Amino acid sequence: MSLQVNNICKKLGKNVIAADTISFKIKDGELGALIGPSGCGKTTLLRMIAGFEKPDAGDIAICGNEVVSVSHNIPPEKRMAGMVFQDYALFPHLTVHENITFGPEKSTKSEIEKLISTTGLSGSEKKYPHELSGGQQQRVALARALAPKPGLLLMDEPFSNLDIALREALSEEVRLILKEYGTTGLLVTHNQHEAFAMADQIGVMQDGRLLQWDTADNLYYKPASYDVASFVGEGAFIKGDIDESGVITSQIGQFSSEHVNGFDSSLPVTIFLRPEDVRIDSDSEYKARLIKSHFRGPGRYHTFELPSGDQFVCLDKCPKRRELNKEYGISICNQKVRIFQYHPCPDRFLQGICCQVIR
Amino acid sequence: MFQHINNNRNFIVSLFFAGMVISPVMVILLSGFQAEIEIWTHLKQYVLPDLVKNTAILIIGVMFTTAVLGISLAWLTSFYDFLGRSIFHRILLLPLAIPAYVMAFIYTGLLDFSGPVQTFIRSTIPSIAPYFPQIRSAWGVIAVISLSIFPYVYLMASSGFRSMGKSMIETSQSLHAGRLYTLFRVTIPMARPWIFGGLILVFMETLADFGAVSVFNYDTFTTGVYKAWYGFFSIRAASQLASILVVIVLAIFIAESYFKKKQQFYTNGHQAVVRIKMNRTRSFFAFGFCAAIFGLSFVVPVFQLLIWTIASFTVEINAHYVTLLKNTIVLGVMGTVFTMGVAIILAYSNRSMGDIKTGIVSKLCLSGYALPGTVLAVGMMGVIAWLDKTLIEMIGIFGGYPISGILKGTLWLLPVCYMIRFLTAGYTPVFSNMTRLTSSMDEAARIMKVTGFKLLTKIHLPLLRRGIITGSILVLVEIMKEMPVTLMLRPFGWDTLAVKIFELTSEGEWERAALPAITLVLAGMIPIISLTFLGRNKKQNVITG
Repeated sequence: MSLQVNNICKKLGKNVIAADTISFKIKDGELGALIGPSGCGKTTLLRMIAGFEKPDAGDIAICGNEVVSVSHNIPPEKRMAGMVFQDYALFPHLTVHENITFGPEKSTKSEIEKLISTTGLSGSEKKYPHELSGGQQQRVALARALAPKPGLLLMDEPFSNLDIALREALSEEVRLILKEYGTTGLLVTHNQHEAFAMADQIGVMQDGRLLQWDTADNLYYKPASYDVASFVGEGAFIKGDIDESGVITSQIGQFSSEHVNGFDSSLPVTIFLRPEDVRIDSDSEYKARLIKSHFRGPGRYHTFELPSGDQFVCLDKCPKRRELNKEYGISICNQKVRIFQYHPCPDRFLQGICCQVIR
Repeated sequence: MFQHINNNRNFIVSLFFAGMVISPVMVILLSGFQAEIEIWTHLKQYVLPDLVKNTAILIIGVMFTTAVLGISLAWLTSFYDFLGRSIFHRILLLPLAIPAYVMAFIYTGLLDFSGPVQTFIRSTIPSIAPYFPQIRSAWGVIAVISLSIFPYVYLMASSGFRSMGKSMIETSQSLHAGRLYTLFRVTIPMARPWIFGGLILVFMETLADFGAVSVFNYDTFTTGVYKAWYGFFSIRAASQLASILVVIVLAIFIAESYFKKKQQFYTNGHQAVVRIKMNRTRSFFAFGFCAAIFGLSFVVPVFQLLIWTIASFTVEINAHYVTLLKNTIVLGVMGTVFTMGVAIILAYSNRSMGDIKTGIVSKLCLSGYALPGTVLAVGMMGVIAWLDKTLIEMIGIFGGYPISGILKGTLWLLPVCYMIRFLTAGYTPVFSNMTRLTSSMDEAARIMKVTGFKLLTKIHLPLLRRGIITGSILVLVEIMKEMPVTLMLRPFGWDTLAVKIFELTSEGEWERAALPAITLVLAGMIPIISLTFLGRNKKQNVITG
């Protein structure tokens, strides 16, 4: 294991909880990502792993060595970790080459040359950081962090200062470079597409809690909670009711599940629909009114409204225009959907279960 | 290394310097509260009315004149292209190298009854000679002070116009606004925070001016304080006059922070303004205007100084001059080292951009520049008197002999006063470099196993060096030109160039004052030339996203 984080807790000031018993692991050579809205505690977690902040409780191990626990705290410079900073933190008075070879551990000349060519910096060695474009500065920051061959590379919003096109290109390139060097990495970002493009495992954070640590597919198709479902990808929540036999009825369909123990028939449930889960089906008994429609690459995005007022989006592969304010038949094209139940105490939705579509 | 210094300790150190800075003000305000009725009535009846009237006329006159000169020159050089623009754009700052008291004695010598101009008029056209305006008048002082400090307004207005970028002006034009309409509805209103900022500097400088008004025998608050203290030997009366000045300074200081805050909201766009090319006639008039102002504020005074210097050179360049120069430099270096030390400590303690209390304390530390030199000197006398008394009492407890004054009249007072007065000049460049030294750079170095002393020499010093050098030059030159504090607090016989100029000009010895004056002007040109002409270092070291 290159990184093990166990039960980390951290309070900032009196009331802000930056980390609430967070645990996860990253295997050797894998890339992890932490995503979540700003202020969710992801950067603080990264800085605790780097050693710039100390957790209140819990322990962290990098490459099998415990770096922080209740009893001891190894300073950042002795942690075997490298870091790419959000503002790159390039030393403005040093050239690209001097920046990359800044640390006291001297790599061989050929290693540095290889690193410079891999990161696409050949020809810029003698330049100063201010003479480079944002993307080039990013590459220098990455090369500098990789030069001492860290056991773990930490990246704090590394692409947030770049424009969208460059961000996507560079995030894929960085993944390839890290894979080539076999470096284990942990990335912090608020952009989920960046995380999807780079990471093997992704953690979704909110208010200092790690909601789910999983692969991108699972986050998208099997969100563990309402919060994960609403944060990752697009989707809509439709009100429904559950009866004692476990059958769920709603204005968009009927569903059933074997795993309904724990669900309370007196409380409402909510059905989670991705845009691709729904299709227009003139034979369906379930009707919804089209209120908005726009072209979107392949096909169109239609926004429908149910009689209850709930809205959802349907991705229609057929580019045909539909009439606004008209009722259309709607059906679910998947076998399964996710259902969450609302609980007034502690005012949140229960864990999701997978439900079979009946009709 | 520095990040290990406890934040609290940093705060306490800044608090100590803040205490040092405001102690003279406190002493003066306290003396104002304990006003003795007798002195107060005397002041109110015989001294104050004239001082208030003179000071008000002077300040209003100088602010008006510098506003007209500064804004018009900045407007021409920022928005129009004309003959010599790129040169005027820079050299219009040079008048700042001539201290106001030097400018004052040059023009007095030049335009006085016995001066070359009036003599020439009397001998050629005697009929108009009686109508020649009296230079030793309110008009004379206003003109001379304005000529020496209008670059403040010019500089601030220019940077206001420049920070606005072209988009604002183009927007106005796209809404069919004409050029003059744009000037008065967009350009000047948007540059207002800068222009007012410059005018407030002018206000402070004029209020604090001691040398120029003494040359003209024009009594203002600062000369009032000096005379009360020196002429009547009444530190009480001096303090009470000074307390009025302190109240005015406080008000203006608060106004200044208000405009500084506003500047950040008015910065818009980074695309430089495209200057409009003038036709030949207009270009000629613009050139004439700039040349006339530059001539009056720099060429004529320097030329006159040179003539006097040449005339008196062989007599004046002697051992005494060397001593003066040595005294000036020794004091300057002492003051600079102390000031820069405090500036660096303060910049480090402000680096973490901490809480409100750190902000207030550093604001207090940097407030000394608003304090007129005479007020600072009188306040310092009060502080020293109190410290001496306490020290003597303590020595008495240990059975020592009570001696008269331990700190009073020592050389060590002056560097402290210079620090109070010029800390801002040294601090600003250091701190602006400090903002490039982000905390993530420390962290990046640390994670690459570079810490402690190595971090200081490899990252901190290279990045701060320029700021420290710039700050040191500015502070050194300011100290060399400083007059009232040195005059009032120097140890007996410890004359500097500025003090000598004061002594010589109060006796009307213009010619003999020229050599020390030109020395100071040359020193004053160093920072202006290095900052405006040499431009920034090629390795600008500024990373833009």
